[in-house]
Amino acid sequence: MAWDAQNGPAETETPRDPLRPDPVLLGKHTLGSVTDRIDRLVLTEPTPRSWWGAFAVAFILVNVFLLAATWLLVRGVGIWGINIPVAWAWAIVNFVWWIGIGHAGTLISAILLLLHQDWRTSINRFAEAMTIFAVACAGMFPLLHLGRPWFFYWLLPYPNTMGLWPQFRSALVWDVFAVTTYLTVSLVFWYMGMIPDLASLRDRATNRLAQIVYGGLALGWRGEASHWQRYETLYWILAALATPLVVSVHTVVSFDFAITLLPGWHSTIFPPYFVAGAIFSGFAMVLTLAIPIRAVYGLSDLITVRHLENMGKLMLVTGLVVDYGYLMEAFMAWYSQNEFEQFSQLNRMLGPYWWVFAQVVFCNVLVPQLLWIRRVRRNPWLLFPIALLVNLGMWLERYMIIVVSLHRDFLPSSWGLYRGTIWDWATYLGTLGVFLFLFLLFLRFLPIIAAFEMRKLLPEVQEEPQ
Amino acid sequence: MSEPETIYGLLAEFGSCEALVAAVRRVRAEGYRDVQAYTPYPVEGLDEELGLRPTRLPWIVFAAGCLGAAGGFLMQWFAYVVHWPIDVGGRPHNSWPAFIPITFELTILTAAIVGFVAMLAANGLPRLHHPLFGAGAFARASRDGFLLCIRSDDPKFDRQATRQFLVGLAANEVTEVSQ
Repeated sequence: MAWDAQNGPAETETPRDPLRPDPVLLGKHTLGSVTDRIDRLVLTEPTPRSWWGAFAVAFILVNVFLLAATWLLVRGVGIWGINIPVAWAWAIVNFVWWIGIGHAGTLISAILLLLHQDWRTSINRFAEAMTIFAVACAGMFPLLHLGRPWFFYWLLPYPNTMGLWPQFRSALVWDVFAVTTYLTVSLVFWYMGMIPDLASLRDRATNRLAQIVYGGLALGWRGEASHWQRYETLYWILAALATPLVVSVHTVVSFDFAITLLPGWHSTIFPPYFVAGAIFSGFAMVLTLAIPIRAVYGLSDLITVRHLENMGKLMLVTGLVVDYGYLMEAFMAWYSQNEFEQFSQLNRMLGPYWWVFAQVVFCNVLVPQLLWIRRVRRNPWLLFPIALLVNLGMWLERYMIIVVSLHRDFLPSSWGLYRGTIWDWATYLGTLGVFLFLFLLFLRFLPIIAAFEMRKLLPEVQEEPQ
Repeated sequence: MSEPETIYGLLAEFGSCEALVAAVRRVRAEGYRDVQAYTPYPVEGLDEELGLRPTRLPWIVFAAGCLGAAGGFLMQWFAYVVHWPIDVGGRPHNSWPAFIPITFELTILTAAIVGFVAMLAANGLPRLHHPLFGAGAFARASRDGFLLCIRSDDPKFDRQATRQFLVGLAANEVTEVSQ
């Protein structure tokens, strides 16, 4: 196991200056070796056995998704077990969960760039890939939930014979604009970041097909000084545009709930609480992906313990903001003296879905507190299960917000209980498969670490006294 | 093998970023103007050494963003005030706060797409073939090579003299790039 060498024992060998952070790059690297390291993964190294194993699982799940989506088109959304009062169930839970996961990718690539956090460099590429695939998975759910997905284009303003416009005052239409913009801008940012690395693959490739494909994708990039000048300027501008965008996306998602009058949804804490929750779950997913990747591909010199530790810290901070959100919701219910709000809070904690609330508290409030301990943040064997629990907890949180708030609203005569059906499971697991499938293809065929940014970082890192 | 009549330019390779920047300074001081540098990562200050003007991209992106904002807002205003006004309990047709999220998203979308396209266009990309790709040493520009090319179009360019000059700048290798 590659990481054991850099954990606990290594710390005791040399006394480290507590004020100086660990290096973001370990070992002796040169411009050439960093480039070769990243290009080799795509061009020459044999595909790891575990990649094929994961690919087989992903392929099966993709087929499960196709089956579930087909059955949905044949029979309608009723196969999902949704009905009145719970008409938004797993589909919207999954939508919010997936889109939240995407947010950490943009945070790493845009916000940390603007803040000059050099440790983002070795993780930004695959975090951005994660964003795009997660948003793609997220987009499936509202589309399939439409009932007649083949009319999805009715959501967009286009000239039509009916002379109709979408309802621009509706949060659901805001969502359409926010999510499509987010996907497009993330895609542009990701692709643009890859152009110099694709050019590097083009120059290193020996196989004719690879030369043609990477050559085409690199668009003829030459690394000319004037090109770099425009490239860097635009890269920073895109980061500055993506930063408010990422905040707006989950804010708009939270508006889907907050602008209704339903107790448990109608709250001003929702936008910040949703954005923090999104980043919280996103970092959990980045860790879930980064820990196996660095082990399988032996990348612990590029994705160091410092990276894991920093992500652990960010998870802790955003987790605390989420916990504040839970606390504020309960406080406001009590403070408002509104009986419906109070009922909705008590029902959340003590009603038929008390076990959801209990698990949310366990996964999102209690478990992340372990991250206060440095030894935990630096141990991949502990971080990985924590990240998985946070992923689960954030899924359950959305279940709590959506299903639990809906199942008992103002009129007791229309109360009801909800359960996910096998098709809910199939669709959800199916999108996990779609995500994994796309991500594995990315790992195999594209540069998973931003090589040119690592090259830029290298002289800066080596100037520091070790 | 006979040498081609005209060449694209002379390509010199340097071992480090500092050597390249120093060479660029000397080449510019010597009076060459049609000079380009190729590096494996963006080198700070190199554009100034080469006498490149600051890019106008920020202004293009800003204009595109303004256009996106105006277009996004006017679309919604036109839909609900002019084209299909709906009276919702006597509320104003021009309910501008509700139009802000879409206006914002369209601002970002337009700015980002126009910025990306403008960056490629200004760089003359996509251009899948280029004389430099024919030079063997050029592949190092995407790995660890710092290269400098003096175009044959430069008024001061002289095949022999320029070559001697570049060799004198401690270049690792000087190659001719054919058209």
